[in-house]
Amino acid sequence: MRKTRLFSLLAVVLAVAMLGSVCAFAAGEDAEEVTITYANFNASGGNEETLQKMYEAFHEEYPNITVEIETIASADYFTTMQTRVAGGTAPDCYELNIENFAAYANNGALEEITGVDLSGLDDTALSAFTVDGKQYGLPGNFSNVLLFYNKDLFDQAGVDYPTADWTQDDLQAAAEAIRALGDDIFGYYQPLTYNEFYKVAAQFGGSLLNEDKTEFTINAPENVAAAQMMADRVLVSNVQPTDVQMGGIGDWDLFMSGRLGMIPTGIWAFNTFTEGCDFDWDVAVEPGQVQKATHFFSNACVINAKSEHKDAAATWITWLTSSPKSAEIRIEAGWDLPAIKDQDTLAGYLDITPPANREAVFDSLNYLVVPPVIEDYSMMSDLIGESLSAAASGTITVQEALDQAQSQCESAINLG
Amino acid sequence: MKRRKRNDGPGRDGLLRASPFLLPSLIGLMIFSLLPLLISVGISLTDWNGLDSIGAPGFFREHFIGLDNYRTILTGGEFWQVLKNTGTYIVLYIPGMLVMSLMVAFLLSREHRGVLVFRVIYYLPVLTSWVAASLIWTTMLSPQYGAVNNILSLFGIKGPGWLLDPKWAMPAIVLVSIWKDMGFFGLILLSGMVDINKSYYEAASLDGAGAWTKFMRITLPLMTPAIFYVLIVSLINAFQLFPQIMIMTDGGPYGATQVMVERIYKYGFRYFRMGYAAAFSWILFVIIMTCTAIQMKAQKRWVHYDS
Repeated sequence: MRKTRLFSLLAVVLAVAMLGSVCAFAAGEDAEEVTITYANFNASGGNEETLQKMYEAFHEEYPNITVEIETIASADYFTTMQTRVAGGTAPDCYELNIENFAAYANNGALEEITGVDLSGLDDTALSAFTVDGKQYGLPGNFSNVLLFYNKDLFDQAGVDYPTADWTQDDLQAAAEAIRALGDDIFGYYQPLTYNEFYKVAAQFGGSLLNEDKTEFTINAPENVAAAQMMADRVLVSNVQPTDVQMGGIGDWDLFMSGRLGMIPTGIWAFNTFTEGCDFDWDVAVEPGQVQKATHFFSNACVINAKSEHKDAAATWITWLTSSPKSAEIRIEAGWDLPAIKDQDTLAGYLDITPPANREAVFDSLNYLVVPPVIEDYSMMSDLIGESLSAAASGTITVQEALDQAQSQCESAINLG
Repeated sequence: MKRRKRNDGPGRDGLLRASPFLLPSLIGLMIFSLLPLLISVGISLTDWNGLDSIGAPGFFREHFIGLDNYRTILTGGEFWQVLKNTGTYIVLYIPGMLVMSLMVAFLLSREHRGVLVFRVIYYLPVLTSWVAASLIWTTMLSPQYGAVNNILSLFGIKGPGWLLDPKWAMPAIVLVSIWKDMGFFGLILLSGMVDINKSYYEAASLDGAGAWTKFMRITLPLMTPAIFYVLIVSLINAFQLFPQIMIMTDGGPYGATQVMVERIYKYGFRYFRMGYAAAFSWILFVIIMTCTAIQMKAQKRWVHYDS
């Protein structure tokens, strides 16, 4: 008897409490206060304050959304995130690089991004972060690769500066003329690494996977031709230094020392080269072969599938990646490029020199190649990279290296 | 001789009294070492990718693949290649380290002026972090501009490509590891050396033994317990070779320095194959266990305990 009464009392209390919370919810729906967490690695080492500034601008527009930003150094970031995702303690939204993106998306760790306006974002950049046609990530920052060249060395060798119409053959001719200037002067530096290889392969009309990503095509004839040209530049014409000729100094240092004619590298080199080069330099769109293909690097902002505040998280990452205000702060700080379509916002970026031909940054956006994203991306890139480095040193032929990479990838990776 | 009943065990009473003091660290050990250890056995029987939540209901049933991971590892070529690389390291490292440590111990046991300064100098690399040491050595071993090859060239020797050359990368790693470890092992050997009763040497001198004979006939045999300890610890360390590899070569060039723990790390955290990585670590555990057991068994043949 007493027990029942206690029970009904409890029921009433519970009912009242529930009613109360429903009322509170209805009243505050418009400006419900939420706090979300956002983890990233890209702001570490210099842009923590820039990101904070972006957040402050965001918070002015959306005072009801508080974002707790966690910036982790990239060396520890991915181990940390993997552990947190597996342990169910991942932040509401976070940043992923392209190597890890597909693995996370395929394992259900990410929420599809819907219900937000993505029309301001660059289509190629967006397409890099889709899986089976679903958008799982937004391109946060964005950078590409250009051909940087030393004008002084071109003048000394008496060759014309690179133009946007150049092919790999034009580049080879110029590189040979510059190499002839001296024993320790080199024409070009493009290491036979995985990243450079898949791009040059695309310039030759090849690719690492077939169209629907069900089979590897690593040793296709176009790819072999591309890798052969890259290896020959080191081993045959030697317009490019071998590892031993490099002697352990960095490729940027070689360029800044004035002993390298041309180098394809990222636009993040602008500030370093401006400070470090005591000669004239400029940039051009990278040369192509049967077609042009230029690199594109981007990190994705993603939403945790287990987040309780997915809408707020989507609002924040959409603002962060595509709003004019955020883009403006990013450009001002020189922190990569925002992946947006709006040319007016990007205009401020063009006014800064050197390089004089800064438009090349946008011109090369027309030829972007997206990395062949698969779930086992890191394993594929390590296996191919290892074989290529053996070919670059001349221990095996290019054909052998790509055959080996093909069979290793086929046996180790299930493309499903 | 009748065996004396030893009385240094804790006894039931002592255990009871000690347990409140032991419990906190025991609980820590259970939660952070023993439990993960046991769970990793389970993980090694699954195809867990390291991202899915393993606490989810039905996880184990869905992902259980039996001994497949072990079978794939042991039948694939990679494991044996990696084992061979690890073996190369051990074969070069252990004798080299032992000779160098003995030398350090011998030099530091002499009572000349400033020996304390030298003890500090030899011990400094031990205290240095592997990351810093590896970065400095990477620069020093640079083929063209590095200090090592520059010094060699003074003697007319053309140095190899070291970390860039598949034949020389592992010897280079060995070199750096010996440099880093000889202070530590030297110190252990030194303590074994100074523990030797001086009267043996006096007796030997009276019998007309020279320095070399004394070293070979007295010092070395009586140091065998210390050498035995050094061998056990260094072999276990050698199998777990990792930080210097990750920083100096990352397993390259062309896989010449891929070793067990490096593979385990890459499979677990780079390739999202945590089950496979767990199986790999248990295979490593069995290998280390076996080697240590063999060493323990074999010690009777060569280790002399004084008294």
